[in-house]
Order: sequence, then C-alpha cells, then structure tokens
Amino acid sequence: MMKQSTEQTPWYQSNFALFEKNLNGESSSRLHAMRMEAMARFTEMGFPTTKHEEWRFTNVSPIARATFQPSFQSDAAGLSSEDVERMSFGATHRLVFVNGHFVKELSSIGPLPGGVIVGDLASALKGNDELAHGSLGKHASIQENAFTALNMAFVQDGAFIYVPQGKVVEEAVSLLFISTGSTHRYIAPRNLIIVGDHARVTIAESYLSLANHGSLTNVVTEITAGENAVIEHDKLQNESPQAYHIASLHVHQKEKSNFISNSIAIGGGLVRNNVTSILDGEYAECTLNGLSVANGMQLIDNHTTIDHAKPNCPSHELYKSVLDGSSRGVFNGKIFVRKDAQKTDAKQTNMTLLLSDEATMDTKPQLEIFADDVKCTHGATVGQLDADQMFYLRSRGIGTTLAADILTFAFASDVVNRVHVDGLRGQLEALVHAKLGKGRER
Amino acid sequence: MLHINNLHARINGNEILSGVNLKVQPGEIHAIMGPNGSGKSTLAQVLAGREAYEVTEGEVLYEGKNLLELDPEERAREGVFLAFQYPVEIPGVSNTYFLKAALNSIRKHNGLEELDAVEFLKLIKQRMKIVDMDESLLSRPVNEGFSGGEKKRNEIFHMAVLEPKLAILDETDSGLDIDALRIVADGVNKLRRKDNAVIVVTHYQRLLNYIVPDFVHVLMEGRIVKSGTKELALELEEKGYDWIKVASDSTLATA
Repeated sequence: MMKQSTEQTPWYQSNFALFEKNLNGESSSRLHAMRMEAMARFTEMGFPTTKHEEWRFTNVSPIARATFQPSFQSDAAGLSSEDVERMSFGATHRLVFVNGHFVKELSSIGPLPGGVIVGDLASALKGNDELAHGSLGKHASIQENAFTALNMAFVQDGAFIYVPQGKVVEEAVSLLFISTGSTHRYIAPRNLIIVGDHARVTIAESYLSLANHGSLTNVVTEITAGENAVIEHDKLQNESPQAYHIASLHVHQKEKSNFISNSIAIGGGLVRNNVTSILDGEYAECTLNGLSVANGMQLIDNHTTIDHAKPNCPSHELYKSVLDGSSRGVFNGKIFVRKDAQKTDAKQTNMTLLLSDEATMDTKPQLEIFADDVKCTHGATVGQLDADQMFYLRSRGIGTTLAADILTFAFASDVVNRVHVDGLRGQLEALVHAKLGKGRER
Repeated sequence: MLHINNLHARINGNEILSGVNLKVQPGEIHAIMGPNGSGKSTLAQVLAGREAYEVTEGEVLYEGKNLLELDPEERAREGVFLAFQYPVEIPGVSNTYFLKAALNSIRKHNGLEELDAVEFLKLIKQRMKIVDMDESLLSRPVNEGFSGGEKKRNEIFHMAVLEPKLAILDETDSGLDIDALRIVADGVNKLRRKDNAVIVVTHYQRLLNYIVPDFVHVLMEGRIVKSGTKELALELEEKGYDWIKVASDSTLATA
C-alpha cells in the first residue's frame, strides 16, 4: 500500500523501526524473520473495527489513534524485593517484568525439580533454545487476530516455563508484569508454558501499574498441556484506569489433561481477554472461570473459545461480572463441538450483576455443534441484587448499604474462591473488596 | 407493645388486609390462624416492612412508635423479628458471618459495643443448643442446601441470637416433622421472657400444643373475625374455618 507523505506514520510502524535499530545484529535471525512476517500480517489486517464480529462491542480505535512509546530495556523502577514480594503474594517462584522486560534482581526462584525451567523468554531465545523457538507461535496464530500479530512483531521477552514429563512444581509460579513511568508505552510480553505428560504446575500472571498512565499491554500466552498434565492458570489484571490491556491465552490440551483458568479483571480502562482452549485428546477437561469488577468508564470484554475436538471431554465455564458506574461488560462464549467429539459435556454460565442504571452488559453464547451425542448447556443472567435476599438481610437488622455489599461480594467471591493458590486468593479477595467499596463511596 | 389499628394493605392493586385490629402486650403469645389466602403472611410481612405491600389505611404502633415509618432494618434493630415462612438462601455468605453482621448492626443501634469474633463465637455456640443446631450449619452459606426442617430451625436459631422483643413466626411449623416441631417449639418457649412477645402465624392447631398461646385470633378475608383463648384453636381444629365463616356471616346479617 502506498503511503501518502502527508499521513503521519502510525505508532506501531515507527516503534518497529526503532525496535529493529535496537536489535544489534540480531536482525538476520530466524526469530526476526517471524517478527517481520507478523508485522506484515498486522499491516495487512490493521486494527479491528466494530464491524468485525469479534469486536462488535469493543471499539479499539483509541488504541489505533494513540501514540505509544516503545520500551527497550529492563528497569527496576526503584522497586524493592519487598515490594514485588508483596505484589506476587509471597510466591516461592516469581519472575518480575517491568515494562515487558525481565528484571533478574527482583526475581526469585526457589528449589525446583530437576529439568524444570522457570526463566525469561529473552534468554531462552538468545540461547537458541530449540523448545522455545519451536513453541513460539505454535498455538497462537498471527493470521486471525491482529493483536496476536502485533504481539509477535515485537516479541522479545516474557516467561518461559518448561515442566518435563512427570515433574510436579508444588508451589505456584508468579509472573508479575509491572508497568511504570509517565510515558504511554507499548508493552508486548510473550509467555510460553510447556507442560509434559503427567506433569503439574500452577502459574499466576499479574498485571499491575505503578503510575496512572495509559500504556498498552498486549500479551500472548501459549500453553501446551501434555497427556494427564494438570495446569492451573490464574490471571489478575489490575492496571491503571487509563491502561489498555489486550490478552490472548491459547491452550492446547492432550488426552486426559486438566486445565483450569481463573481470570480476574479489576483494573484497566479497556480490557480484552481472549481465552482459547483446544481439547485435542479424549477425556481432556477444561474449566474456565472469570470475574470482572468494573466501575467508572471501564470496559471489560471476555471472549472465550472451547474447542471440543475429541470425544468424551467435559468443559465447565463460569464468567461473572459486577458492573457499576457507566462501565460496560462483554462476554462471548464460543463452544465448538467437532464432528468426532461425541459424548462432549459442555456447560457455560454467564452471570452479571448491574449495580447502576448506566452500566451495561452484552452477553452472547455461541455454540456450534457438529456431533449428535453431546450435552451442551448454557445460561446467561443479567440483573440487579435479588429483592428477596435484600429484604431477608434487612429484616435481620443489616442496613441497605452493608446488605448490598455482602450480597455483591458473595456474588464475586464465588469466582475468587475457585483460585487454589491461598496467597493469591487472599490478595484477590482484598482487591475485590476494596474495589467494590470504592464504587460505593463514589 | 404492639397496637394495630384498622390496617389495610394491598399488593399489585389487590387489597389483602381490610382493617386488622390487634393489641399485643409484653409477655404474651398470640396465635393468628386462618385459611390459606386469608392474609396471615401478608400481615407478618407488612409488620416486618416488606416494601412490595402498600399500606393504604390504618396505623401500627410499636412501643409507641409509628412502625410503618421505619425501614425493615430499623424495625429489626428496635426488636422486631420475622421468622420467614420461606427462609431465603444466600449463596456465598456463611450463616456465622450473616448473623454477626446482623447482631452487630442491632447492638450498634442500641449503643452496645460490637462483639468481636471470639465473643460472638461463644454466644452462638451457646444459642445453638437452644434449637439443637448442627454445628456444620454455621459455616455453610445461609440456608443454601438446607432441608426444609433445617431452614426453619435456622430461623429460630437466628431469633435466639438476635433476642427480639417481638417475634413473628410465619408458618414456622410447615415442613417440620413432629420431632423437629417439638425442638423448634421448645426453642421458642426457652426464649420466652416477661418483656418479649410472640405472634405465631399458623394454619394448623398442631404447633399450638407446644407453643401455648394466650390469645387466638382468626383472620379471614383480611380481617380478624374472631378472637379467643387457646380453646378457640381446638374448636377450629375440630370444626374447620367454614364454621367461623358461617358464624360471622350470620352475625353480620343479624347486626
């Protein structure tokens, strides 16, 4: 496409030029060839508009119009070990990333079983780790989602976790992504998590801002679950109310693997979470839970896809939203049941609590079933606090404000309680409580 | 203590209470009986402050205060308690947490210090015995997954913890087998004091064998058509409500 000289270069192109300049001779690598291919693909697609079915309710034109500065190196940003220890709920293993770059001094890895790798992707890629190179982009295609292409174009760092066959990582691994500074940055972490047959691990990704700024975090996480692998993936999104956050989680599950995702979104101005799991082996089980707590002008959009590719797989999905102020919520839950996937048992539930007249929710189940012997149920509710419950609490002496708080917190904690990591669950409870309280004071 | 004068109330435009008069003194137990749809539960709900009902006429004085002007929580804090006919399930809120919030809201209103976790636990362990409550029901979400009998017992347990001055028991006997009925009734009797009063709303006389009322009132078509002592309940059990209806109709006709 010809460029007119009067047209300003879009931020991603000028960022990409700067990015290439900073690569120091790495530009001829096979990795960079992938980046260039992704950049070409992104340029072809451009940012999605609300005319795209997948983006009907989420207008990303503020991201297209904005200017984001690239972020080239790690920066401890004056953070102490104590700070990050608190932010990562005292986890034994933590990898800390500031503005998308690994900060070794702030990270800490406890004892791990032999052969287990918990480290940064940049080192793995620089060290020509075959597994890292081979896994990159294996499950997250740059062809369909423009943001995935845009992530790949700038791929540089993130977490690289490998749990070999039969190994069990007992303590949760915390991946802490902190954005700092007053500049609006483009931050594109990439996480690769490979879990072998009969292996187990729990990973918690947390996204936090230190300052109130409008950075764009565009993260892609790819997870491979081997046969009989057990994986819990927890995610906390708690960036500043100005921040843009686009995340895609791609999971590929083999036979009898069990994958649990708990995605909690509290912060951010515009948040889009894509979670996709392919059940590519018999008796694989997938559980996707989500909670959005929004107020003010926040928009939190959750798109999930569960692809039942093989027979005899159960999947469970529970997404809840609590929306106050003029906030907006979106839920789109796709369930594919392929022709061969007989005896699929899929259950999807989406529940929304509206705390104000201005808050809105768009919810859409999307079931595409090509097998005939399956059980698929879905249900969506959008409503206010239950009048009978409110009266019951009040008739026992509890005032309206406290009664509403108790019921709202109970609604939300239903999802938080599904997180198995004690420290993280405690942190989430406190954050949800604080956020709901703040909404009330306004 | 409670003085109901010519109370009229309606819901969705339908008048359910059409001039109820009732006086309750401290220490008394009143039974309100009547056929289905006579307005018994409506009276209980109106006294507790259910907003779906609109009071169109009359007044309710409670300890000299205009009860109808108070919010449901204010009534509870002043000592009014309704044991629900259908106790509501509150998923995600433990019975203990709920009761602590309720008790401390009431205590705060009455100028008492809020109980801390230890003091509260001591209190509820003691009150559990009154209705022979299973301890496992304390940590479970309020009424969620409780059997019908457990729900009713839980209501009386709440009453034992909150110690109301005026308790209104709405069909507390329904859904109870005879053993559970006895336990619940014993609980209510144990909580009886000179300065509190109980209104028992029931369809059947059965409960009144255990909670012996000082007065029995028959509510029909939104009005109390007959009042008497506990013998009236036995007579109703024997003759049914139609007998009253005929009797009151003829009274009206001759008047």
